[in-house]
Amino acid sequence: MKRSKRIEALDRRAVNQDAFIDEWPEMGFAAMRSPYDPKPSVRVENGVITELDGKQRADFDFLDQFIADYAIRIDRAEASMAVSSLEIARMIVDIHTTRKEVLELISGITPAKMVEVVNYLNVVEMMMGMQKMRARRVPGNQAHITNLKDDPVQIAADAAEGALRGFREEETTTGVARYAPFNAIALLIGSQAGRRGVLTQCSVEEATELDLGIRGLTTYAETLSVYGTEKVFIDGDDTPYSKAFLNAAYASRGLKVRFTSGAGSEVLMGSSERKSMLYLECRCLYVTKGAGTQGIQNGSVSCVGVAAAVPAGIREIMGENLVAALLGLECASSNDQTFSHSDMRRTARTMLQFLPGTDFIFSGYAAEPNYDNMFAGSNFDAEDFDDYNVLQRDMQVDGGLRPVTEEEVIRVRREAAKAVQAVFRYLGLTEITDEQVETVVYAHGSKDTLKRDVASDLMAADDLMKRGITGVDIVRALAETGYVDLAESILNMLKQRVIGDYMHTAAILDEQFQVMSGVNTPNDYLGPGTGYRVTGKRWEEIKAVPHRIDVNEF
Amino acid sequence: MEVNEQLIRAVTEEVIRQLRQNGALAGNGMDAQNGADAGARRQDSGAQSLSGKTRMRPKHSYAGAVQAQKGTDPREVVIGVGAAFQTEIRSTICGIPLDEVLRNVRAGIEEEGMISRVVKVLDTSDVCFMALQSAKLSGSGIGIGIQSKGTTVIHQKDLYPLTNLELFPQAPLLNLETYRRIGRNAARYAKGEKVTPIECANDPMARAKYQVKSALMHIMETEQLDPQMGMIAWEGDR
Repeated sequence: MKRSKRIEALDRRAVNQDAFIDEWPEMGFAAMRSPYDPKPSVRVENGVITELDGKQRADFDFLDQFIADYAIRIDRAEASMAVSSLEIARMIVDIHTTRKEVLELISGITPAKMVEVVNYLNVVEMMMGMQKMRARRVPGNQAHITNLKDDPVQIAADAAEGALRGFREEETTTGVARYAPFNAIALLIGSQAGRRGVLTQCSVEEATELDLGIRGLTTYAETLSVYGTEKVFIDGDDTPYSKAFLNAAYASRGLKVRFTSGAGSEVLMGSSERKSMLYLECRCLYVTKGAGTQGIQNGSVSCVGVAAAVPAGIREIMGENLVAALLGLECASSNDQTFSHSDMRRTARTMLQFLPGTDFIFSGYAAEPNYDNMFAGSNFDAEDFDDYNVLQRDMQVDGGLRPVTEEEVIRVRREAAKAVQAVFRYLGLTEITDEQVETVVYAHGSKDTLKRDVASDLMAADDLMKRGITGVDIVRALAETGYVDLAESILNMLKQRVIGDYMHTAAILDEQFQVMSGVNTPNDYLGPGTGYRVTGKRWEEIKAVPHRIDVNEF
Repeated sequence: MEVNEQLIRAVTEEVIRQLRQNGALAGNGMDAQNGADAGARRQDSGAQSLSGKTRMRPKHSYAGAVQAQKGTDPREVVIGVGAAFQTEIRSTICGIPLDEVLRNVRAGIEEEGMISRVVKVLDTSDVCFMALQSAKLSGSGIGIGIQSKGTTVIHQKDLYPLTNLELFPQAPLLNLETYRRIGRNAARYAKGEKVTPIECANDPMARAKYQVKSALMHIMETEQLDPQMGMIAWEGDR
C-alpha cells in the first residue's frame, strides 16, 4: 500500500511508541470491569460476615476472610449495602454531603459494591470526589532520591535540594542492594539540610527495610506490597496476615507506615483470576485497611505500563486513588513511574491527581534526572521542575513544590554533601574526597560525578550493619563534627517515634516538627468557598517562577 | 542475480536484526523509527475483545524428564532457566536468542575456572525464587535465575528470597556481553572473591515500551509451570 505522508507523520509521534492492547479479561487486561467480577452481596449472621460478594464463608480465600473479618464495619454492612451504588456515587460528588458522612456509609460496603460505585463516576466526578475525600487539608508531594552509582554524596545533595523545593517525604532505593544502609543514611542527613521535618525511607527487600527502620536510619516505610489474588500473595511468600504483622512491627517502634498496591500487578504476575484491575485493587485496599495501616501508595505504581495500555486504564488509576480516600486511607497517588513517551499524555495523566490534590500527588517525583531514577523512571523528573512550578502558577493550584534560587540550591547541596563526608569519616566508612563533594554540589546527575570504589563501599556498608550503627550514632557523629543544627533535626525526627503522632493518617511535619495530619488538620472541603485555597504567603511563593520579565530593567 | 529494492531491504533488515540481537544496536534511534516495540498500526476499526481466549501456547509435556539433583562440587554454579525457556520462548524481550544467552553465561562461569550446570525451574516463574532454588541446588551455593524474557538474578543460598547478590531487572538493557559478565561474577562469588557488581543500567522508558510485552511473556512462562516436576535437568541446547 502506498503510504500517506500524514499517517507516516502520525506514526512517528511519541505516543505511538507507547504500548496499547485490547481488553482480555481472561488474563486480567480489563481496567474498570470484567465479566467475571462478582456481584455485590453481604450476609451477616451472629455478628460475622457469612457471605461476601456472592461467595459463602466456606468458599472464602484468605483475602475474602481477612476483608470480611477486619475491613468491613459489620454493624454497618447491611444498612450501607441497602443504599444503591448510584446513590452512593452521587453522595461522593455532592457538595452538601460531608466527607465524614461518606466515610461512614462507605465503611459498610463490600469490594464489589465499591467497584459498582466507582463505575458510575467519570474522571471529573472522581476528581471532585478526591477534592472532598482526601484526608489532609493541604496536599503534599514526595520525591524519589536515587542515582545510578548509588553515590551517597549525590543522594544527600539531591535530598537537600528536594527538601528545599518542598517535598515532604523522600524515598530512596538502590541499584546494588547492599548499598541500602549508605543510601538511607545519606538521605536522612541530606533531607534535613534542605528543610527540617522531611520524612525519609529506603525501599529495599522487606527484612532489610525493617532493620533500617528499627535502627532509626529511616523515618517511615512504604514498600509493604499487597496483592489482589491469593496466588500472587503466596508467590511472594506472604499473606494479608503476614503483612499485618509486618505493619505492627513498624508500629511497635513508632514508625509511620503505608502499604503499596496498584492495578496490573496481578496481570504482570500472571494470576489475575480473570478479574478487573479495579476489583483486584479494591481487594488490596480493603486488606490495607484491615491490616490497620494508615495509608497506601497506589495508582498502578510500577505496573502502570499495563494499566495504561488498556482502554480506560488512566481513569481506573484515578478511580483506585479515590477508593483509597473513600476508605479513609492516606493516598500517595503514584505518578511515580514512566508510562508514556508522550509529554502530552504523561502530563494529562498527572492532572487527575494534581488538580484536586491528594495527600501526596507523586509518590514520588524524580528529584534527579530520570536516567538516575532507580525506580526505572518517574513520570516527572528534575528537568520538569520549572514546568511543574509554572503549572501551579497558571492554575493557582498547590502541587506541593515551590520555585527556588540557584544560590539556595548550591548552598544546601554543599551543606548536605559536607555533612555526609564528615559523618562517613567519623564512622570510619569509605572516604569521601573534597573533590567529590565539589563535583556533586554543581552536578545535575551521576554523569557529572566521580566514580566510587564500589567493592570498598559495599564492605563498609556490610560492616556498618554488623557494628549495629543506629540513628543515634548519626546524631552523635553530626554533633561531634560541628553539624549541630543537623544533629538536632535528626534527633527531632527520632523523637517522633516516641511521640507517635506522626503515625496518624496522612501525617507530615512542618519545619518546627509539628504534625499536620488528617486528624488535626482534616480536609474540610464542602464546595466553593470552603476547604484549602491557595492564598497569602503560599500563593506569593508559587508566583515567583524564575524567568519573569523584570519591568524595572526593561 | 537481480539486485532490486526489495532484496536490499531484506538484506538490510536481516543485518539490523542480527545487530540488534548481538546488542550492538541498543540506541533509541531504532526503537523510535521502526516502532517494533509498540503495536504496528492496525487497519481494523474498533477494539476487539479477546474474550474467551484462555492461554497463549499449548502446554509442553515434561513426561520423562530427569529431576535435578543437589550438587556437591564446590566449583559448581547452577543456572535455573524459566519454564518456557528455549521451548515456547526462543529469544529475550529484545530479541536475543536464548541459546546465545545461555552459551554466554556458561562461558563466563567457565572462564573463571568454575563449572556450570543448567536446570529448568518448573515450580515458579518468579525470578528471585528461581535463582534462590538454583543456589540451593548448587554445590557452591551460588545460583543464577534467568527468565525467558531475559530478566536475571544472581543469588546465594542463605539470603532472603527477595534480596540477591545482583539483580538485572531491566531485561531490554542486557546484551550478550552482560550475560557473559553475569556468569563471570557468579563464578567469582562462588570462589569467595571480592566482587565488583556489574554497573547498573537504566532506561527510564523501558516500562512504556516493554511492560505489556513483559506481561505477555510472563503469562507464556507461567502457563508452562509444572509444579509436580519441580526442577529438572536441562541440557540448555534443546
